[in-house]
Formats: sequence, C-alpha cells, structure tokens
Amino acid sequence: MTTDETINCEEALRLLAEYLDGELHGGAHVGVEQHLKTCRSCFSRAEFERRLKAELSRLGGDDVKPAFEQQIRHLISHFASSPVRTSQGEEQ
Amino acid sequence: MLEPRANVQHYPPVAMNEPASDVGSWFERSVLGVLPDLVSTAQRLTRNATDAEDLVAEAVAKAWLGLTSLKERDRFRGWIFRILTNEFLATRRSQPSGVKKESLPDEGGGTEFSLFEQLHQPFLLWWGNPEKEFLDKLLREDLVRAIDSVHETFRIVVILADVQGLSYREIAEALGVPVGTVRSRLARGRSHLQKALWEHARDAGVIPRATHKDTKIK
Repeated sequence: MTTDETINCEEALRLLAEYLDGELHGGAHVGVEQHLKTCRSCFSRAEFERRLKAELSRLGGDDVKPAFEQQIRHLISHFASSPVRTSQGEEQ
Repeated sequence: MLEPRANVQHYPPVAMNEPASDVGSWFERSVLGVLPDLVSTAQRLTRNATDAEDLVAEAVAKAWLGLTSLKERDRFRGWIFRILTNEFLATRRSQPSGVKKESLPDEGGGTEFSLFEQLHQPFLLWWGNPEKEFLDKLLREDLVRAIDSVHETFRIVVILADVQGLSYREIAEALGVPVGTVRSRLARGRSHLQKALWEHARDAGVIPRATHKDTKIK
C-alpha cells in the first residue's frame, strides 16, 4: 500500500465506510477522496465495497401484491372517512 | 386483516385545518409511494411474507393515528420507517418466552471480517480479478440469505442503511440510539453479512481454491 501527503491507508480504510455512506464531510472526505486517487489497493477495496452496497440496495422496493396494496388502500380510506371520535366515543 | 379500532380518534388533530379527505389523499399517496420499500424492509426484518404484511399494515395504522408527531411532511419516509422498526421491535419484545429469540452476539470490538481481503489477490492484478468475479456471480438469493443470517440488532441497521439508504441520523432517530451506536452496529452487521456471503460461496464451491486464505475469521 502507499501513503500520500494527507492520509495513509490505515486511516483511509478506517473512514471508508462513512465515506461510501455519504457521512463524511470536510477535510476527512477530501482526504479519503485524494487517497483513493493515488492508492490502487485502497481504490480496489472502495470499488468492491461500493458495488456490494449497490447490490444490497437492489433488495429494496419489492413488488407489492395487488391484494395487499388494496388492503392498505382500504385501511387508509376507512380511517380518512371515519368521523372524529373522542376517547369517550363521542362523534364530532 | 387489521381493522380500525372503535373509540379512537381517527382524524389526526394536526390536520384539523384541512378536510379529512385531503389529509387522507395525501397520506395514501405518501404511503403508496414508500409501500414497496416498507414491504421489502419488513420482509427482511421478519423473514416471513405474512408477518411482513401484518407489520406494514400495523405500521400504517400507527402512522395515521400518530400523524401529529410528523412535524414536516417531507420527512415522511424516515418517520414511517421509524414507526415500522419500532413496531417490529415492540412485537419481538412482546413475544412469549417460549418463542425462540436470537441471542445477541458480543457487541464489543474485534476484528471485522472483510470479504475483499479474503478474495483480493494483488499478484493477479493485471490478469485476474477474483473480487469482481465474485460480485458478478452474486445472486439476489445469496444476499437475502446472508442478510437473513445476521442477528436482528445488526440486521435492522444494515437494512436501513444499505437497502433503504437512510442516513446515520435517520437510523439513530428510528432506533432511538446514538449515531455512534449506529456506526458500530453497521460495521458489525456488514462484517457478519460479508462473512455469511464468504462461507456460503466457499461451501458452494463458487470461490476457487486458490483464493482461500488461511486466516481466522471472527
């Protein structure tokens, strides 16, 4: 591994997850970014983690069964059309 | 199916200056906009399709009844995910003692498992790339199996961060824990997930013998 002027491999890898999660700001963000431009090993690691994270993100947004979506619509519709009731059961 | 209960205030006070139908329409649009994400998150949390639908329905009902706690409507997504995860945790806590619960692994420090370090072959740099080949062969079911194998304490954080893309702050708010706890649980959860992927790939013979490294993994 190599080092550059601002941040070494150990520090870059310590901050890598936060960097890829978009949680790193300011000098730390710039430090990791610069390091990845100069260190092939850390760059390869970052690309691997980035791609694995992207694969995981594709697990979201499953198709919803039409019957279940209809159930949710029915539930909301029922709530929204109901009269206001107090805890004593009085309609308002 | 979840049915509205009697003697509860169905119309959220926060919206008393709006017609109920307007609030209802907005709420329905908002829920349906995130419904696929809610369902997929619930499925990964509960690991059961029926339980997942029950969880989402319960969360939607709780969201409507608790609409006063939503201060800004553009924060709806993080807010309803908080309700969903809280509902999941509450359900888990209320399960009878006879129901088998996952034992929490040590949450302390330790060496994190890195799939990349297991796969990477520096000397193959110019004519081979095992880590790229590994990702190319990765199937959705491999990821689902790996996520499902992670303890729920860490699984929730991985799902919210990596599958749903919530920020650390949003996850911290959803779970009621400090951001530092989110950070450490995420690291731990990803480590477990990568280890599960590695073990499955090794057992399935997906990983060539040449890339097996004689390292102790946590």
